[in-house]
Amino acid sequence: MKIHEYQGKQILKKFGVTVPRGIHCTSVDDAVKAAETLGGKVWVVKAQIHAGGRGKGGGVKVATSLEKVREYAGQILGMQLITHQTGPQGQKVRHLLIEEGADIKHEYYVAALTDRATQSVAIMASYEGGMDIEEVAHKTPEKIVKVFVNPLVGLTDEQGLTLAKGMGMNEASIPQCVDTLKKLYTCYMETDASLAEINPLIHEGDGTVKALDAKFNFDSNALYRQEEIVAMRDLDEEDADEIEASKFDLAYISLDGNIGCLVNGAGLAMATMDTIKLFGAEPANFLDVGGGATTEKVTEAFKIMLKNPKVKGILVNIFGGIMKCDTIATGVVAAARETHLSVPLVVRMKGTNEDLGKQILKDSGLPIISADSMAEAATKIVAAVK
Amino acid sequence: MSIFINKDTKIITQGITGKTGQFHTEKCQEYANGKNCFVAGVNPKKAGERIFDIPIFGSVKEAASQTGATVSVIYVPPPGAAAAIWEAVEADLDLVVCITEGIPVRDMLMVRNKMKEKEAKGGKKTLLLGPNCPGLITPDEVKIGIMPGHIHRKGRIGVVSRSGTLTYEAVGQLTEIGLGQSSAVGIGGDPINGLKHIDVMKAFNDDPETDAVIMIGEIGGPDEAEAAVWCKANMKKPIVGFIAGVTAPAGKRMGHAGALISGGADTADAKLAIMEECGFTVTRNPSEMAKLLKALL
Repeated sequence: MKIHEYQGKQILKKFGVTVPRGIHCTSVDDAVKAAETLGGKVWVVKAQIHAGGRGKGGGVKVATSLEKVREYAGQILGMQLITHQTGPQGQKVRHLLIEEGADIKHEYYVAALTDRATQSVAIMASYEGGMDIEEVAHKTPEKIVKVFVNPLVGLTDEQGLTLAKGMGMNEASIPQCVDTLKKLYTCYMETDASLAEINPLIHEGDGTVKALDAKFNFDSNALYRQEEIVAMRDLDEEDADEIEASKFDLAYISLDGNIGCLVNGAGLAMATMDTIKLFGAEPANFLDVGGGATTEKVTEAFKIMLKNPKVKGILVNIFGGIMKCDTIATGVVAAARETHLSVPLVVRMKGTNEDLGKQILKDSGLPIISADSMAEAATKIVAAVK
Repeated sequence: MSIFINKDTKIITQGITGKTGQFHTEKCQEYANGKNCFVAGVNPKKAGERIFDIPIFGSVKEAASQTGATVSVIYVPPPGAAAAIWEAVEADLDLVVCITEGIPVRDMLMVRNKMKEKEAKGGKKTLLLGPNCPGLITPDEVKIGIMPGHIHRKGRIGVVSRSGTLTYEAVGQLTEIGLGQSSAVGIGGDPINGLKHIDVMKAFNDDPETDAVIMIGEIGGPDEAEAAVWCKANMKKPIVGFIAGVTAPAGKRMGHAGALISGGADTADAKLAIMEECGFTVTRNPSEMAKLLKALL
């Protein structure tokens, strides 16, 4: 689960990281009021969407008067902000963050994330802040310093110093930087984050270390114990169909192709998508119905797939284990009837009660095409939509 | 022979009194020698009772000492699952199989590091399979987990995969063309887990009754590449490899918590390339895994 920058900064502040003073708002008038409340002579008007690359897309502007705050807020609020992470359609800006200006002397990068290989928390830091870190990692990996934190021990002073010195932090700011890194680590662990990134982290003229941005991802497995985080969820920023699917405990991700697919198991679902591509078409979605698919679940899955106007055919691939093929077949027939299915449907079933399942499909009188292997199923659905 | 488990393995079920635990324990008991293998359950509130004739104990330690069990399988719901793993590790079992899906990553980080710390201090090493896995099976001997037993046949091919149904797919194909399995192992779809591809490949390499292996992976993480490099230098048996997720977009979690492309090296294409380089027979067509393997024998 992702959150907005202004929420991320609230979390960082709660854990003691210094952030600029700022006010979240949703109207132009409130943006001007926020600037008045903050005082000073320079303000930053920042679009709040979940995607990165907002600055380059025109979603972050520095204002030197209240009139400019009004002008920029008016431009940004409601715009379709297009960044490299939003796709070509962009994302509508519904929230703004108005912040006091900062006296930036240098921009650094820091982030915490879980490292699978070492089964620890990796803290990364770099002198090259404010840039796309993936580019830095690719072109000049030596500019990124990394430590691995044993969660039984926590981030040590020594590791903190290694990072602060390795990232070239301003000498006078090193103690506060080490302290900030420790707080970032604590925050990462206590909020069950899967990514906590500050890009840029800056030092100001007086040496103060400050987080100018905050990007968080959270482990969805842990949301049950993170009420405060869950309260920050913004459904406007998420895919409506994916939200709908999650209500029925279906894992759904929409893609660009025209073959809808419904599969049990995440690995088999990906393998089915890959097979569709291998045989000349593109999958329209990833959809895992999980282990306990009921007729209701299968029907909902069909409805969600068919909402996508690009879908020209559907492939159902089920390996019946505990979930029996006859149960799925009954669900598929009911779903096809209820949705008045008008696109070709290929069903491939294997495993427990396979023959019973096939008989149910046959007896339904519906034009369901049956297949024995994934390859055969893909061949048939690709041919059917051509 | 087989890897990790056989017909003489004695098993404790943690979470035996829950709906999932009960359902699958019954299925596991019905399979091959299951009646003799599943010897104990654990639930502190129901110690002294029985379920399907299996005695329930108050703790894993007690269950192990009373029955001689050396393996446990966990169906405990996510909030308590990591603690259940640790209880089994503290009881010095040989192997813990955690079926539970949805355990917070932080809990797994803590328990994995506690396990490593225990080993480093000279404590007994307990293997962990999973979490979020289907378990493992040695056909005609014992099955521990949620896979359908009837699709398996005893034989000499090893199968290892992160995905449940994709493991069944490979097993189903093998059985269909007359190749049985020595053991089939699901290592699970979570980012922080126990046994990895490399560990299972080592076991298959050492098993005199395994002739060849199907290794199945998916997008996300470095495990398949690590296993491939090891196999290049050490593996004496032919391997067919498949990686799911060629069509998966970067940055999206594909069902499994660990199935997420986060860099350049963890895409399906990158993994297939390194596996091929390391001498695997790789395929992009998951329907021909067994057929390809047969051609290598």
